[in-house]
Amino acid sequence: MDELPVALALLLVACAGTAAVATRDPVRQSLVLGVLGLALALLFTVLQAPDVALSQLAVGTALTPLMVLLSVRKVRRKARSERREEHE
Amino acid sequence: MSPRTRLWVLACGVAGVAALLAVTVWRLPPFGGARHPYGERAVEAALASRVANAVASVNFDQRAFDTLGEQAILFGSVLGTVVVLRQTRDERRVEPEPAGVAGPVRRYALIALPVVLLTGVYVVAHGQLSPGGGFQGGVVAATGLHLLYVAVDYRALKRVRSVHLFTLADAAGEAGYLLLGTGGLLAGTAYLTDVLPLGTFGTLASGGTVPLLNAAIGVEVAAAVVVLLARFLDQAIEIVTSGEEGDRAPGTDGAPGTGGARPAGGTGRADGADGPHRTGRGGAG
Amino acid sequence: MSVLPYLVAGWLFLAGCVGMATSRNLIHAVGSLAVCQSSTYVLLLAVGYRRGGTAPVHSDIRPGSRPLVDPVVQALTLTDVVVGATVTALLLALVVQVAKRHGTVDPDELRELRG
Repeated sequence: MDELPVALALLLVACAGTAAVATRDPVRQSLVLGVLGLALALLFTVLQAPDVALSQLAVGTALTPLMVLLSVRKVRRKARSERREEHE
Repeated sequence: MSPRTRLWVLACGVAGVAALLAVTVWRLPPFGGARHPYGERAVEAALASRVANAVASVNFDQRAFDTLGEQAILFGSVLGTVVVLRQTRDERRVEPEPAGVAGPVRRYALIALPVVLLTGVYVVAHGQLSPGGGFQGGVVAATGLHLLYVAVDYRALKRVRSVHLFTLADAAGEAGYLLLGTGGLLAGTAYLTDVLPLGTFGTLASGGTVPLLNAAIGVEVAAAVVVLLARFLDQAIEIVTSGEEGDRAPGTDGAPGTGGARPAGGTGRADGADGPHRTGRGGAG
Repeated sequence: MSVLPYLVAGWLFLAGCVGMATSRNLIHAVGSLAVCQSSTYVLLLAVGYRRGGTAPVHSDIRPGSRPLVDPVVQALTLTDVVVGATVTALLLALVVQVAKRHGTVDPDELRELRG
C-alpha cells in the first residue's frame, strides 16, 4: 500500500488540472495554476524526483501565475480605459 | 468555420486521441517496473565522473550538448519577449506612485529576502551534490529578488535591478556555457567533454566541469527570469499605450477597424484626455 | 495502478487541448497550454519511476546500496519545466501585443486579417 501517496497526488494533479482549464477567468485561473504547480511539486516529491519538484515549486507556484496576473493587468487596464471612452 | 462545426472537429480529435491513448497505455512499460536500462547506465556514468547527483551529471555531462539546445530555447524566448514587449514609439512611461505596505509584510519580506537569495546561490552551488542546480537555484534567486517589490514598492525594486546589467548577465551565462564547452576541443576531445580534474566524490569541487556549467546556467536562468519579470512589470505598471488613454475608437463590436496601421497618436487626443496616470509622466520613448 | 499515471497524463493533455480550443480569452488559452505542458512532466516521470526506489542523489546514501529511480527522465523534465516557463512568457508577451494592437484578446474577434 506504499503507492497510496502517489495515487492521491496523481488524483490531486488531475483535479487541479481540470479546474485550471475549467476556470475561465484568467485571474482565478492563475491562482488555480498555482495550486496545480503545488500539486505537481508534491507528485514529483513522492515520485522521488526532488530536483524536478524544486524547479516546479519555484516556476509553477510563483513565476507562471505572476506572469499571467501581470498580463491580465495590462490587458484589463487597456480594456477599462476603452470602455471609459465609450461612456464619455 | 462556425463555432458548432469547430466543436464537432474538436470532439472528433479528442475522441480519437483518447482512444489511441487508451489502447497505448497498456503497452507502455508498467508503472514502477524494475527495468530501467538507461537509468542504470546513467547512474554508473555519474559515479564514474564523481558526481553525487546523477540528474546533474545527466544534464551537464552526459547530455550537456542537449542542455545547450534547451538553454538556447530559453535564451531565444527571453530575447523574443524583450523584443515584443519593448516600449514602442506611441507609448510613454508614467512614474508609478509610491504605495504603502503593511508593517508586518514589510518586516517579514525584508527578513526573507536575503535568506531566499542565499538559498538560491546555495542551490546552484550544490547542484552536483544534492538536489538542485542552475535551473532551480536561478529561478529561486530571481523570484526572491522580487520580494523587494512585495516589501517596499516598485521603485525600490527598480533601483536595485538594472535591467541592462541583467540582460548582459543573461548573455554572459549563455556565452559562459558555450565557452566552457570549447575546453573539450582544446584538450583534443569532443565539445563539452568533461576534461577538468574530477576531484573527490561528494565535495564541492567534484565533477570537473559540472559545477561550472551549473553556475553558468544559474546566472543565465536568474538573469532571464529577472529580465522577463521586468518586462512584464514595465508593461503592467509603467508603460502606457496611447490607446490606453482612449485616443482611438474601441474595437469591441467585433468589427476590427482600428489597429497597427494607424499612425501614432492619430486623433491627437492623447495629450488632453483625463485619467489617473496622467500626472508626473516620465520621458516619452 | 500500473496505468493510472499514464491515464492522468493523457487526461491533462486532453483537458488542456479542449481548454485551448474552446477558450474565449488568449490568456486563458496560454494557461491551458501550461496544463498541457504539465502532462508531459507526469508522463516522463511515471516512465522513470521504480517501485521502492529512491532519488538518484548520492548525498546521503552509499552508491549501490538502494535501487534508484531513472535520472535520465528527471533531467529531461527538469530542463523542460524552466524552459517551458520562458516559452509561456513569450506567448503571454505576444498576447499583450495582440491586445495592444487589436484591442481584444478574444480569438474569435481576431479572425479577419488586416494589413
